[in-house]
Amino acid sequence: MATNQEHVKLLGATGSPFVCRVQIALKLKGIEYEFLEENLATKSELLLKYNPVHKKVPVFVHNDKPISESLVILEYIDEVWKQNPILPTDPHQRALARFWSKFIDDKIVSASSKSVFTLDEKEREKNVEETTEALQFLQNELKGKYFGGEEFNFVDIAAVFVAFWIPLVQDIIGLQLFTAEKFPKLYNWSQEFLDHPVVKETIPPREPLFAFFKGRYESLLAASK
Amino acid sequence: MADEVILLDYWASPFGMRVRIALAEKGIKHEYKEEDLRNKSPLLLQMNPVHKKIPVLIHNGKSICESLIAVQYIDEVWNEKSPLLPSDPYQRSQARFWADYVDKKIYEVGKNLWTKKGEEQEAAKKEFVEAHKLLEQELGDKTYFGGDKIGFVDVALIPFYTWFKGYETFGNINVEKECPKFIAWAKRCMQVESISKSVPDQDKVYGFMVEIRKKFGLE
Repeated sequence: MATNQEHVKLLGATGSPFVCRVQIALKLKGIEYEFLEENLATKSELLLKYNPVHKKVPVFVHNDKPISESLVILEYIDEVWKQNPILPTDPHQRALARFWSKFIDDKIVSASSKSVFTLDEKEREKNVEETTEALQFLQNELKGKYFGGEEFNFVDIAAVFVAFWIPLVQDIIGLQLFTAEKFPKLYNWSQEFLDHPVVKETIPPREPLFAFFKGRYESLLAASK
Repeated sequence: MADEVILLDYWASPFGMRVRIALAEKGIKHEYKEEDLRNKSPLLLQMNPVHKKIPVLIHNGKSICESLIAVQYIDEVWNEKSPLLPSDPYQRSQARFWADYVDKKIYEVGKNLWTKKGEEQEAAKKEFVEAHKLLEQELGDKTYFGGDKIGFVDVALIPFYTWFKGYETFGNINVEKECPKFIAWAKRCMQVESISKSVPDQDKVYGFMVEIRKKFGLE
């Protein structure tokens, strides 16, 4: 057990939903690690060395071997540290967990961001429609307390983006994208999930993150003038 | 109870080819159903209501969508022979990373190469070569990405090779000249039975691409 817990590093940025996913899994499994905060404007030598292909965070480093892409990292963590599993054992259930996590990445992350960070109303409308449809599909998948049933799992962790980041960025422009009225089941899930001790201790502080994203939106406005 | 395996697919789809190769590698008896993508079957719409796309693998009535997810499923269920993913967790993570890279990059750069014109096409050419050089680097001296035998990344990547005649003709590019190691790897793959019997030949795909270009006025 000791060898597994040595030399575990996470290159990340506070405020990144993808880094947060990895931190939730590490916290759930009680894995100690060294967190290296990256300044994404001036990427470190280490980041460029460990993720030369995408040059992005998170990068998970175990015994000096780097792994990139949050969902790939989650699978690795689950395979190496077997306590509190996040993927089911049944192959079909595993395929479903992978499907919905990929769905979040492909259909929700980009469309929801574009719903906010655009000045083109037609663009916003299109992305709001896409996000709404995707959130509907995701909500329909929720059959218990969590996507994982009684305990949260891979899909819940991937969906932290929906639970924490979407409500935060939509507030910048007062967009009613993900609300309790529109998605009661999904909203309830998000409150349960964010309230779980593991998640609560891991998500970044709201105020500074909101200020950061608001700043980004304001830059967008300023650039258009 | 015998396993019932059905694959909903479209002959020219590189994503469908991935699943075909995996099924062939494992020697899994299955029913192949060709979909008319302009008139999707009720079964397809029922089994993949979210994306309504092929390929869809149906195993004893349960559907698995998204090609790389289906390949992993096949590897996990039929695990007695021809493993596609390595057994070491770190090696597995690298295989997943590179398969993800193929999904994020290779389909896009290929598509841009044969559908864009002028400056956009020039940019696409550059990206195409860069991406394939990166893959050459990852392959290194290995016979296949999977080592001595084909693995997850080989399965994810080789289908796009069937589209190369079109890429080269319409994209005005000589891939063998730019990326000889890549082509050498591709040719080795085409000698593998489970691959060669699962994918269409380049001429047939080329004909298909010609039709698409006519239909969408891309000439």
